[in-house]
Amino acid sequence: MNSGFTFVPLRFLAQAMTLDPGHHHVLHPAAPQAGHIEWLYWITFWILFAVFVLMIVAFASAAAKSGVIADHPLPILEKDEEGDRRASWGVASAVGITVITLFLILVLSVVTGKRVEGLTSKNPVTIQITGHQWWWEISYPNSQADQTITTANEIHVPINTPVVVLTNSMDVIHSFWAPSITGKRDLLPGYSSAFWFEIDKAGIYHGQCAEFCGLQHAHMGFSIVAEPVDQFQAWQQQQLKPAREPSSTDAARGREVFLTHACLMCHTIRGTDAGSRFGPDLTHVASRNMIAAETLPNTAGALAGWIVDPQRIKPGTEMSPNPLAADDLQALVVYLQSLH
Amino acid sequence: MTVAEPIIANDQDTGKSELARRLARTWCQPKGFLGWFSNTHHTVIGIRFMVTAFIFLLLGGVLAAMIRLQLIRPENSLIGPDLYNQVFTMHGSTMIFLFAVPMMFQGFGVYIVPLMCGARNIAFPRLNAFSYYLYVGGALVLWGGFVTNTGPDVGWFAYVPLSGPAYSPGHRADIWSQMITFTEVSALGVAICIATTILRHRAPGMTLNRMPILLWEKLVISMAVIFAMPAVMIASGLLLLDRLVGTHFFNPAQGGDVLLYQHLFWFFGHPEVYIIFLPGAAIVSTLVECFSRRRILGYTPIVVSVVATGFIGFSVWVHHMFATGLPQLSESFFTAASLMIVIPTGLQFFCWVATMWTGRLQLQLPMLWCFGFFFVFLIGGLSGVMLASVPVDLQVHDTYFVVAHFHYVLIGGALFPMFAGIYFWFPKITGRMANTTLGTWHFWLFFIGFNTTFFTLHFLGLRGMPRRVYTYGADMHWQGLNVLASSGVVFMTAGLLVFLANVIRSLRMGKIAGNNPWGDAGLEWSMSSPPPPYNFLHVPTVSGRDPLWEDPPDQPVVVGLRDDIRETLVTHSLDTDPQHKDEDPGPSIWPFLTALTVSAAFVGSIFTPWAVPIGAPPVIVTMIGWLWPRGQSPTPRPSGEIWVR
Repeated sequence: MNSGFTFVPLRFLAQAMTLDPGHHHVLHPAAPQAGHIEWLYWITFWILFAVFVLMIVAFASAAAKSGVIADHPLPILEKDEEGDRRASWGVASAVGITVITLFLILVLSVVTGKRVEGLTSKNPVTIQITGHQWWWEISYPNSQADQTITTANEIHVPINTPVVVLTNSMDVIHSFWAPSITGKRDLLPGYSSAFWFEIDKAGIYHGQCAEFCGLQHAHMGFSIVAEPVDQFQAWQQQQLKPAREPSSTDAARGREVFLTHACLMCHTIRGTDAGSRFGPDLTHVASRNMIAAETLPNTAGALAGWIVDPQRIKPGTEMSPNPLAADDLQALVVYLQSLH
Repeated sequence: MTVAEPIIANDQDTGKSELARRLARTWCQPKGFLGWFSNTHHTVIGIRFMVTAFIFLLLGGVLAAMIRLQLIRPENSLIGPDLYNQVFTMHGSTMIFLFAVPMMFQGFGVYIVPLMCGARNIAFPRLNAFSYYLYVGGALVLWGGFVTNTGPDVGWFAYVPLSGPAYSPGHRADIWSQMITFTEVSALGVAICIATTILRHRAPGMTLNRMPILLWEKLVISMAVIFAMPAVMIASGLLLLDRLVGTHFFNPAQGGDVLLYQHLFWFFGHPEVYIIFLPGAAIVSTLVECFSRRRILGYTPIVVSVVATGFIGFSVWVHHMFATGLPQLSESFFTAASLMIVIPTGLQFFCWVATMWTGRLQLQLPMLWCFGFFFVFLIGGLSGVMLASVPVDLQVHDTYFVVAHFHYVLIGGALFPMFAGIYFWFPKITGRMANTTLGTWHFWLFFIGFNTTFFTLHFLGLRGMPRRVYTYGADMHWQGLNVLASSGVVFMTAGLLVFLANVIRSLRMGKIAGNNPWGDAGLEWSMSSPPPPYNFLHVPTVSGRDPLWEDPPDQPVVVGLRDDIRETLVTHSLDTDPQHKDEDPGPSIWPFLTALTVSAAFVGSIFTPWAVPIGAPPVIVTMIGWLWPRGQSPTPRPSGEIWVR
C-alpha cells in the first residue's frame, strides 16, 4: 500500500486495486477448472462489454437529441409510417443480434461446463469432505479401515493429480469453495455428490463456506495444501500413524488433562482413549497451520485462548468453554503441540 | 333512474355540477377514527400501501447501513453474529416482502389500475382493504419479532435444515414463516382485485389490443402472483408444520428432502423478481411514450414480451440452485431458459430507444430517473447473462458478485422506476408538482451513491468474499473495497433525505398541477388532481390506445349508471361491451375486523397448533359480518339500460 496517499478513500482504493498473490481469487486460477471458468468469464465479459457500450451510445444519442424542456407539454407527433418502419427494422435486427449473441454464450457455457466436469485421467486421489457447523471433516477413504486418514480443515493434495471430492453434510447445508481452484459445490445433508479438480501449482489455497450455515458461517474456512507427490505421500504416511507418545512430563500431564476433562467427549486422538467423532480429529493437530476452521494460527497462545474461551472467538461454536487451571492448560497446550 | 346530460369524456370535472355533487355524496367515505378503518376506496388504500411500503424501504435501508458499517473493517465487533444474522435476514425480508412487492405491485397497482381502466373503484374493494391490513399485520409481526430479539436469523430464503426445528430452536424462523403467510395472502388478494378490475371493469372501447402497456403488465404480474405465491406458502407452511407439529417434510434423517424446499422456494422466488421488475418496466414504457411525445413504437411486441416474460419467469428457478450439483443436462436447460428471458427484456429496451429516437424527447425529471434505470438495469441484466452460465455461476454464486448483480436488477428495476413514477404521478396523487431542482439533486446523489456501493461489490465477489458473513479476516484484503462500498451509503442516504424534503415541501407549496401537467395519454389524467372519490364524472369510453391523445372531442361517455347508489359498469373482458351493472359494496369496518381475527390466528399458530381451531370461529364471525347482505333491495339490472352516447 502506497503511503503517499493522504486522502483515506483513495488510499483504500489503491489498496483495493493492488492485487494480492491471488490464492483466493476467481480470476487468479491455480487449477485447470478455475482456468476454464476464468476464460469463459473474460470472453463473456468482453462480449457483454461491447453490448454495454452499444446500448449506452444508443441511450446517450437519444438523450442528446432531447430538446429544451418546454413549459407546456409539446404537441404529439404525427404518425410517421416510413420512420416507424425503419425503426422497427432496427429493433428487429437488434433482437436478431441479441438472439445470436445469447446462443453463442450458451454454447460457450455448455462447452466450458463439459471441460470443467469431465474427468480426464485415472487413479485419482479421493477425498470425502463432510460439513459440520462450523468446520470441515476431511477423510481419505481406503478399503482398509486402518489406512483411512481423518483430519480437519486442512486438505493436502498432490499436484498434477486428479482429486475426486465426495461431499456430504452432517447438519445443515454448507458449500465448499476455493475460488482459485474451481466452482463451489453445496454439501447437502441426505445427498452425496462428487466433483473433481486438479492443481497445477504447489501452494496453499484458501477456501471458505459459501452457503449461509448459521452463526459462524463467517468462520468456516479451510485450506488446500497442494504439494509435490512425494511430499504428499510423506504427509500421508505421517497422518496414518497414531498419535505420538508424550516425550516430556508436561506433555504426559497434558494428555492426562485431555483424557480427564471434557475434551474427550468430542475429539479423537488415535492411540488414546479419546475416540469421539463429534469434533475435529486431533491426532495430528500440530501438523496443521491453523485451528478452529482457519480462524486462528496454530500457536500456543491461540490454542490456549481457544481452549479456555472458544465462545469469545467464535460465538455460537459447538465447543464449550474449559476453565482449566493455568498449569493444566499449559500442559494441555504442550501436549497438543507435540502431536505432529 | 337519472340520465345525465351528454357530456364529452374529456370535459373538465369542476366538481361543481349537480351530478358531481350527487356522485360525491354517494361515493363519500366515512370520516373519523372508525371511518379510517372502513375506507375501501382504491386511491386511499393504494396510497396507504405506498406510504407504508416506503416506511419499510427506509427501515430496510437502515438495516443495510448497519451491514455496511459492520463490514467496514475486518474483525469488527460492532455487531455480533447473532444480531448480524437477524439484520441481513430482516433487510432481505423487509425489502422484498414489505417494500418491493407492496410498493410496486400492490400500492401502485391498486392506485393506478382503476384510474387507467376508467373504473369508479377497484373490483372487490373490501378484499382490497383486507389485503392492506393483513400486509400491515405481517409487517408488524416481523418487526415486532426483531425489536424483541426474536427476529428471523435464517436468511430471507430460510433454507432447511438450518431453519428447521433442530437448528433453529425458538420462534425466530416461525415468525419468518408466518410473515410469509401474511404478506402472500395480501398479495394474492390484491392480485385477484387487480386482475378482475382489468378484465371486467375496463371502459367500453378499451379492448385488449388497446389496453395501455401498464395494464398488460399489471395483468401479467397478477397472474404471476396467483401462480407463484402458493409455492412459497406451501414451502413456508410445510416448514411451519415441521417446526410446530413435528412433521418431517424437510428432515433428511426421516426421509425428508432439503432440496424440495429450495425448488418450492425458488419456483416462487424467481417469478418474484419479475413481479418486482415488470411494474418498473411498465412505468418506463408509460414515461418513454409520454416524454417522447409519440405513440410507443412496438406496442404489440412489447405486450408479447411482457407475457413471454411472465411465462419464462417460471422456468428459470433452478439457476438459483446450480451449486447443488444437479445433472449437467438439466442445468443446461435452465441456462438456456435464463438466457432466453433476456430476449423479451432486450426487445423492450430496443423499443424504448427507438421510440425516443423517433420522438421529441423531453428530458424532464421523471425521464431522468428512467435514464438512471436504463444505465443501472442494463448493468444488472448483463451481469445476469454471466450468471446464467453454470460454470461462471458456480464461481460467483453466493458471493458479493451476486449481491451486486441483484441490487443492480432490483434497485435498477424497481427503485429507479419507482422514483420516476413518483415524480410522474405525484401531481395526480397530490394535486401539486414536485420540485424539479430537489428531484435532480435526489437523482444524482442516489445514482452516485448506488453505483459506488454496488459496483464495488462485484470486485469483492471476484476476490472471493462470500455473502452473509458477519466479519472477515484482515489477511483477506477485503477492507479497501468494503470501505469504498460503504461510503456510497452516505450519498444514498443524502439522496433519500432530499427526496423526503421534496415531498414535504411540494405537498405544502408545490405548483398546482391541474388535470394533466405532462400531457399524457392515459385516462387517469382526465379527472381533476387528486381524483374525486367517484374518479370519473362519467364512465368514459375510448377509441384508441392513447385515449387523451386520440379520442375525438365528442367521444361518447357511458350514461345510465345510477348516481344515488355506487353503481359500477362491468364489461366483457375481451371486447369491453357493457354487460351489466354491479354495485360497489361501499365502506365497511368488517375487512379490518377480519384482518384482526385472521392475524390473531396466524400469530397464535406461531406458538401452538391449537390456534387454528380456536382462531377459526372469530374469523368465521367476522367473515359473516363482512358478507352480511345489505338492507337494500337488489338493483334491477335490465339490459339496454346502459347507453353509450
